[in-house]
This record gives sequence, C-alpha cells and structure tokens, in this order.
Amino acid sequence: MTGAQPLEPLAQAGMRGARYAAWRFVLQRASAAVLALFVVVHLATIIYAVRHALSAQAIVARMHANVFWPAFYALFVVAVAVHAPLGLRAVADEWLGLRGRATDAALAVIALVLLGGGLYAVASLAG
Amino acid sequence: MNDSSTLARAASADTMRRNDLRARGHAGFLAFVAHRVSGIVLALFLPLHFFALSQALSDPRALDGFLEWTRRPAVKFAETMLVLALAVHLAGGVRLLFVEFVGWRAEWQKTAIAMVAGTSLACALLFALNA
Repeated sequence: MTGAQPLEPLAQAGMRGARYAAWRFVLQRASAAVLALFVVVHLATIIYAVRHALSAQAIVARMHANVFWPAFYALFVVAVAVHAPLGLRAVADEWLGLRGRATDAALAVIALVLLGGGLYAVASLAG
Repeated sequence: MNDSSTLARAASADTMRRNDLRARGHAGFLAFVAHRVSGIVLALFLPLHFFALSQALSDPRALDGFLEWTRRPAVKFAETMLVLALAVHLAGGVRLLFVEFVGWRAEWQKTAIAMVAGTSLACALLFALNA
C-alpha cells in the first residue's frame, strides 16, 4: 500500500460524527465551567436583591450602574444558550428516543430563542 | 423447555430486578436524576424569565406589576423551588466536572453528593428566609 488511502464515505461520515460529538462534549463542559462561576454570582445577587426589596427600579439601576452587569449577563446568556440545548439534546436522546437532524434543528432553534430572548432581556434592562 | 432452565431464568430475572432496584436507590443515580430534572426545569423556566425581564423595556410598570404578583406565597414557594433547582444543578455540575477532570474515587462520591445536597438546601433556605 502506498500513501494514505481515501476513506470510504461511510467512514468519513463516522469521523465527522465523532468530531461533532467531541465538540459537543468540549462545549458542554467549557460552558458548564463558565456557568459555575456565573451562577454563584447570580445566586448571591438574587439573595441580596430579595433582601433589599426587589423592584424594577432597583434592577434597572443595577444594570445602569456600570458596564460590568450588562456584560456579565450578556456572557451569561451566551453560555446558557450553548449549555441548555446540549443538555436537552441528551435528555431528548436518552429519555425520549429523539435524535437525528430534525431534533438537532429543533435544538438549534431553542439555542437561538434563548440567545435572542436573553440578550433582548439584558438590553431591555440596560438600555 | 425443562423446569430447571425455567427456574434458572426466573432466578436470573429476579437477580437483575434486584440489582436494578439497588442501582436506582444508589446516591449516584439520585444525583443523576436530580441533575436531569433540575436542568429540564431551568430550561423550561428561562424563556419565561427572559420574557418577564423584557417587560422593563416596553413598560416598567408591567415589570413592577409582575414583581408584585411574585409576592404571593404560592409564587414565593415556586421561586424557592427554582432557586433550589439552580443550586442543585450548579453544585451537582461542579461535582460532575470534578469527576470528569480531577478524578473519581468511589469512597468520595457519597460525601460529595451529600455536600451537593447540603449546599443546595442551604441556598434555597437562604432565599426563602430573605424573600
């Protein structure tokens, strides 16, 4: 045999599938690590906010105080939009037996809804 | 089919059933279910959360009206459950990251899961007592 032989189409598809699976694994764990930090801050903020009488004015004032909070929540939304659909993908696969292109397309829509809805909410409070 | 093979099959099915129940009563399985269920709850809640916060743009009074509604005891209870779900998913997720990237020790798992449960309950209690 001389040189590398081209892979069969089926093997190529298998390689592609494995690469996607590896990317999903990395993205799920990377977003989880980022979210771990964000959720600690969010939980502390929730408890602080309810202790000091939660109001729309207080939330908007906090979001306008400096650039940290809008930036923090925008990144939070991006990490959630990556993390939640990947988690739901595992649930759909293992508990509902849903997999394949239609499921992935639905999950992509969920990711976009979370990203769009979340960034819109941040813009609403910070704008 | 003779009697002994029927008996052997029944005994084996019984052993499998008992092993299955034992596995499902295991702390690791409970941690798995808690992580799954809390994740689903949070994913379902997020669109509502974003929608409620978006009200601030269209009408700040609408957001205050919504916050007023959240002062009802039943809503407060639901919020406490959401905080619990968030804390369970956070603490359970940190445990999973440790298992996957730091190392797995069988003798540590029950302690780790108990710490997850304790931390999560403490967070929910802290919220409930201040809300």
